[in-house]
Amino acid sequence: MSDIRSLSYDVVVIGAGGAGLRAAIEASAQKAKVALVCKSLLGKAHTVMAEGGAAAALGNVMGEDNWRVHFRDTMRGGKMHNNWRMAQIHAQEAPDRIHELEAWGALFDRTPDGRINQRPFGGHTYSRLAHVGDRTGLEMIRVLQDKGVHSGIDVHMECTIVRLFVVGGRVAGALGYFRETGRFVLLRAGAIVLATGGIGKAWQVTSNSWEYTGDGHALAYDAGAELIDMEFVQFHPTGMVWPPSVRGILVTEGVRGEGGVLKNSAGERFMFRYMPDMFKGDFAETELESDAWVKGDRKKNRRPPELLTRDVVAKAITKEIAEGRGSPHGGVFLDIASKQNPEFIKKKLPSMYHQFKELAHVDITKDAMEIGPTTHYVMGGVKVDAETQESTVPGLFAAGEVGGGMHGANRLGGNSLSDLLVFGRRAGLHAAAKRGGAPAIPDAEVEASMRDALAPFERDGENPFAVQSALQAVMQRNAGIIRDKAGLEVALAELDKLKGRASSVGITGSREYNPGWHTAIDLLSLLVVAEATARAALERTESRGGHTRSDYPDSDERQTREHIVIKKEGDRMAVRREAQPPLPADVMKLIQEGA
Amino acid sequence: MSETRRLRLFRGTRERGELKEYQVAAGEGMVVLDAVHAIQAEQAPDLAVRWNCKAGKCGSCSAEINGKPRLMCMTRMSDYPADETITVTPMKAFPVIKDLVTDVSWNYEVNKRIPAFKPRKPDAPDGTWRMYQFEVERPQEFRKCIECFLCQDVCHVLRAHDKHQEFMGPAMLVRAAVYEMHPLDVADRSEHLRQEGGIGYCNITKCCTEVCPESIMITDNAIIPLKERVADRNYDPLQWLWRKLTG
Repeated sequence: MSDIRSLSYDVVVIGAGGAGLRAAIEASAQKAKVALVCKSLLGKAHTVMAEGGAAAALGNVMGEDNWRVHFRDTMRGGKMHNNWRMAQIHAQEAPDRIHELEAWGALFDRTPDGRINQRPFGGHTYSRLAHVGDRTGLEMIRVLQDKGVHSGIDVHMECTIVRLFVVGGRVAGALGYFRETGRFVLLRAGAIVLATGGIGKAWQVTSNSWEYTGDGHALAYDAGAELIDMEFVQFHPTGMVWPPSVRGILVTEGVRGEGGVLKNSAGERFMFRYMPDMFKGDFAETELESDAWVKGDRKKNRRPPELLTRDVVAKAITKEIAEGRGSPHGGVFLDIASKQNPEFIKKKLPSMYHQFKELAHVDITKDAMEIGPTTHYVMGGVKVDAETQESTVPGLFAAGEVGGGMHGANRLGGNSLSDLLVFGRRAGLHAAAKRGGAPAIPDAEVEASMRDALAPFERDGENPFAVQSALQAVMQRNAGIIRDKAGLEVALAELDKLKGRASSVGITGSREYNPGWHTAIDLLSLLVVAEATARAALERTESRGGHTRSDYPDSDERQTREHIVIKKEGDRMAVRREAQPPLPADVMKLIQEGA
Repeated sequence: MSETRRLRLFRGTRERGELKEYQVAAGEGMVVLDAVHAIQAEQAPDLAVRWNCKAGKCGSCSAEINGKPRLMCMTRMSDYPADETITVTPMKAFPVIKDLVTDVSWNYEVNKRIPAFKPRKPDAPDGTWRMYQFEVERPQEFRKCIECFLCQDVCHVLRAHDKHQEFMGPAMLVRAAVYEMHPLDVADRSEHLRQEGGIGYCNITKCCTEVCPESIMITDNAIIPLKERVADRNYDPLQWLWRKLTG
């Protein structure tokens, strides 16, 4: 084959955020020859944007905390839909992963006695998030990056994978292109870890960057792996709403963790009215009690209702806006200025202060922020084995956001940074154990994939950016935070038309760093994840966690712990239901009664 | 509320290029990166620009706006008079790949050679350490670095004199400072900073500090203390004698 570099590895890790870096470090520690593929430059992955912290039951701030409480919080926050074994492994191993980061140079904020400090967050019973101000993700990625570059890993920057090869039922390699040159690279390996993150770019209002086009979900799907829970998309309650150019940018839950309150246009703290039955008794019932908790008296008082789980808060905000009690630009108010002094706010939330000052001309130490829900995270993903993170395709692993099951129907804030450490390590470990035995990839398959990828250059077709923007509009309108049958059917019909448009887009210019071409390729992934989300959302006839159907507003007991499974069958996207194994009695007891 | 704004963008490669003018409808709160994206989506789909977070957190969209090194995502269009044409060019201290995208791989090579973090033995039997907030705050300032490389771009040693082979530049000195001032670190990087890092090339003009979007006091808090360390280590006769005696 001409026009292609061919390289052989034991393990190829696709994606270089926290999960990918942690997987690569672990595989390398197992003496595997490892390639780490970054869609952007190293250290720019979405993990840098994580703000609030990493959840781990270290018990440094509140000694009562332990893995059992963390596990219970995770299952209840996930509306009992989680893969319980993943949630258990996560709660048990997170503290070791955080301590390990410290051994690698992480500089977490400290308690007065010199240990890692922990902050309160939505859905967590105790103060549990190890953090660095409001830039925890940046700290984590820099530490992992430095550990990684001293681990002998081959890093391929600005390289996008377009296809996985499966030969005789086993993973055999991946085809990618370098943005700089537009040249292809074939990475041969018998073990591949997907760590590509999420799918947020399928919506208009999102906290996610351009990279989040669901590449890993689509690569796995095309390789024959199963996807689960794609209907469960997290709309983060607090994104910026004004000015228009910043709509969707994340405002950390840390604002509420540090005492920020939500108010409607009448000045009412409306969250007191939205207490779900499951959490009655766990949260403050008056402003007085809530304020006392914020001031530090946490033994006698309960948490503010603003710290309910994200699904609950996002839906409450949506309802307030819909009923006419929103802010001038279509959000509600998030106010920390009246609860904390300016020095405290600048110290604990420096990048929020900076972000609002620079982008919205709002001083958050003086005025309330205008916020509203923004597409943030997908709970669904590649179906994996809880212990090994291996998918239903032998040799193909998935870790972090691209993996499914851990978070159930709704993810707790802070559980993502710990998830990617815990399961990144496990994926790297088991991928390294699976090394060797990569089947040969037929040249014809590689050549056909390259031809497909280059096809847009041969066409005089539509601008790919126009198609991408149409897709985002369809999903925003019909598969957003509140869904119904009619809307989802419209979405599927529209997506079908968009498939046609995507396959006829045309590109001008050369192969060198050509964003039009990159978008034409990303579109193919977006179409897969958008369709998977819409199909799964149509199939689940109930409301649960991140999935809300206005035509089925309640949770349906019979659909508890039932996955919607998506799999490619020929050219068709097949949808089926699959019951999760029942929770063992001791696990059920733990969840119901606590530790 | 939208008005027409004019932008001049560099279009081209390492070999050749030109400034090309575009018009774009600018809405309220629009930043330069939004304008570049609008041009890309509607007029020039092959216009190369690097970006990720659009919130000043990833440091990808560095460029020169009217000749000043800035993040495009944190520069509002309204900061410039409505009748002014805004000129956006790639960072000058690095080779152009295409349009606004430069080859910054040199920084990654330099970083790889900085001696790795090496912690002291754990303080507690469970293998953990004790550090206090006042101790971690000093290196935490340097960890705010988002690796936008704007400080490298403005530094005259790199920008005007092209000393990339001899001088690691302010961004990488900040990187080394994280570990040099890390309460747990026991490695010594002063020889690396002096020889390979060429710290002596910095003559403290503080241009780097001025362009830092994270407001890191690069010169005062990172480079000057590192220079002092290197000087103590190499030129203090008492320290020199002590090292000779103690090996």
